[in-house]
Amino acid sequence: MDNYVIHTENLNKTFGKFVAVNNITFKVGKGEIFGFLGANGAGKTTAIKMLCGLLTPTSGKATVAGFDVFKQSESIKKTIGYMSQKFSLYNDLTVWENITLYAGIYGLSGKEIKERGSALIKNLEIEDYATKLVEGLPLGFKQKLAFSVAVIHNPQIVFLDEPTGGVDPITRRQFWEMIYQASERGTTVFVTTHYMDEAEYCDRVSIMVDGVIEALDTPKMLKEQFKVASMDEVFLHLARNVVEK
Amino acid sequence: MIHFNNVYKNYEQVAAVQGINIKVNSGELFGLIGPDGAGKTTLIRILTTLLLADKGSVSFAEKDVVEDYKYVRNNVGYMPGTFSLYQDLTVEENLNFFASSFGTTIKANYHLIEPIYVQLAPFKNRKAGALSGGMKQKLALCCALIHKPQVLVLDEPTTGVDAVSRKEFWAMLKELQAGGLTIFVSTPYMDEAEMCDRVALIQEGAIMDTDTPAAITAKFGQTLLALQGKYKQSTIDLLRTMSHVKNAFPFGDSIHITLTESGAKNELKKQLEAQGVDASSLKEIDPIIEDCFMDLMTTV
Repeated sequence: MDNYVIHTENLNKTFGKFVAVNNITFKVGKGEIFGFLGANGAGKTTAIKMLCGLLTPTSGKATVAGFDVFKQSESIKKTIGYMSQKFSLYNDLTVWENITLYAGIYGLSGKEIKERGSALIKNLEIEDYATKLVEGLPLGFKQKLAFSVAVIHNPQIVFLDEPTGGVDPITRRQFWEMIYQASERGTTVFVTTHYMDEAEYCDRVSIMVDGVIEALDTPKMLKEQFKVASMDEVFLHLARNVVEK
Repeated sequence: MIHFNNVYKNYEQVAAVQGINIKVNSGELFGLIGPDGAGKTTLIRILTTLLLADKGSVSFAEKDVVEDYKYVRNNVGYMPGTFSLYQDLTVEENLNFFASSFGTTIKANYHLIEPIYVQLAPFKNRKAGALSGGMKQKLALCCALIHKPQVLVLDEPTTGVDAVSRKEFWAMLKELQAGGLTIFVSTPYMDEAEMCDRVALIQEGAIMDTDTPAAITAKFGQTLLALQGKYKQSTIDLLRTMSHVKNAFPFGDSIHITLTESGAKNELKKQLEAQGVDASSLKEIDPIIEDCFMDLMTTV
């Protein structure tokens, strides 16, 4: 056993003639905050779906938390957490009902659900909202709740797909503090974002262009490599001039 | 050109916007900047005659948007936040549809959309639903412009769009403005404020400030420091407990620190070093809009 929780080797996904993900090879360490960046249409979503066990790759190899993405996708789903900006919680269920539903799906016992659910609500200071519909929760709290629910089963890895889109700047930073805490507990965080300042918060960042990982390193090394001052410029440098096919 | 006068709107128990006043001048590129849930879409829907205000009024070109709603609809180009073209019509069919709905033709107003449409032309027979995100956006923009509006209203055109495409989109807006169009655009991205002539910063249904981006940052009026380098959460927590520190927030590869009094920089540096934090990079910086927005959020 080594200390990597995600391994991919020449991972490929094609749809007909279209190569969505083209031979990507990388590793992500335990507890690492890994930024997975790329322009719209670069293949990020396809890659994430393969790693989450939702899409079978065309070829190559990959393991997530030690499980093979080809043969053990059900085991992967039980071992990871997932949260996206677009869909995470049921608006027409209460805060408690959402927690119970997700924790139940993730296989926690009734006792664990009660304990961790209460701790979660206390942590987020949303006691007043516990029995109210999620619909009425301010957006910032919704995103923080969605994240807390995604890690309620202490997964080895949590996948976050644009978790902070549209969130106010203070909540956005509080959200990242929660990411750091999860990482310190040993959970690996695999995150996509369009905010380039957030790329700086990651331990390492990969940048995907047209299905290929064009760069992968710490933010500091990437900036040095491209001789620029910010991750924004690194991204512009790599992702510009990608033309529509 | 556009005037929101003390506008209120509630949705059942939720106060969406409360007492909004905004004036947009002719030819201006005006940005409504704020997070989701701040009330941006509510204001835009009231302006574009799709929603009635509970209280207050909105006028467009001196005409009331409720009484003269037909005039508003004929003279405002509106690009909603969600893609709202016909997915099963082709690029060209969509454009034709919008042109004929407004009693015009693509040919009559082609010059208005030409710089954008040339990029779409190779896909004119493709169904709108099969376009990439960036191309959908360009088509939506063409459809909003084809009836030659005086004002272009865009609701979060760059949400979920990558950093490169966002820059390209703003370049397009600048070009349209140079052609004489007035533009009213909303966005949750604070960095896009810099691209506007004037902005209104909106949070929880209220405007915190309206001004040019330069004037807003000039009003910050406090000493702002940046500590650069790979920092730890514990450094931020430590800073927040220190005297003279009003706020400490991560900003990319730095921590931005707002001081309660000017001139405390050297003292703060000593305190940090006493706690074993490398403070050699600590320096005073000019605030950006995001600093101002966060400061207003915590003080207003």
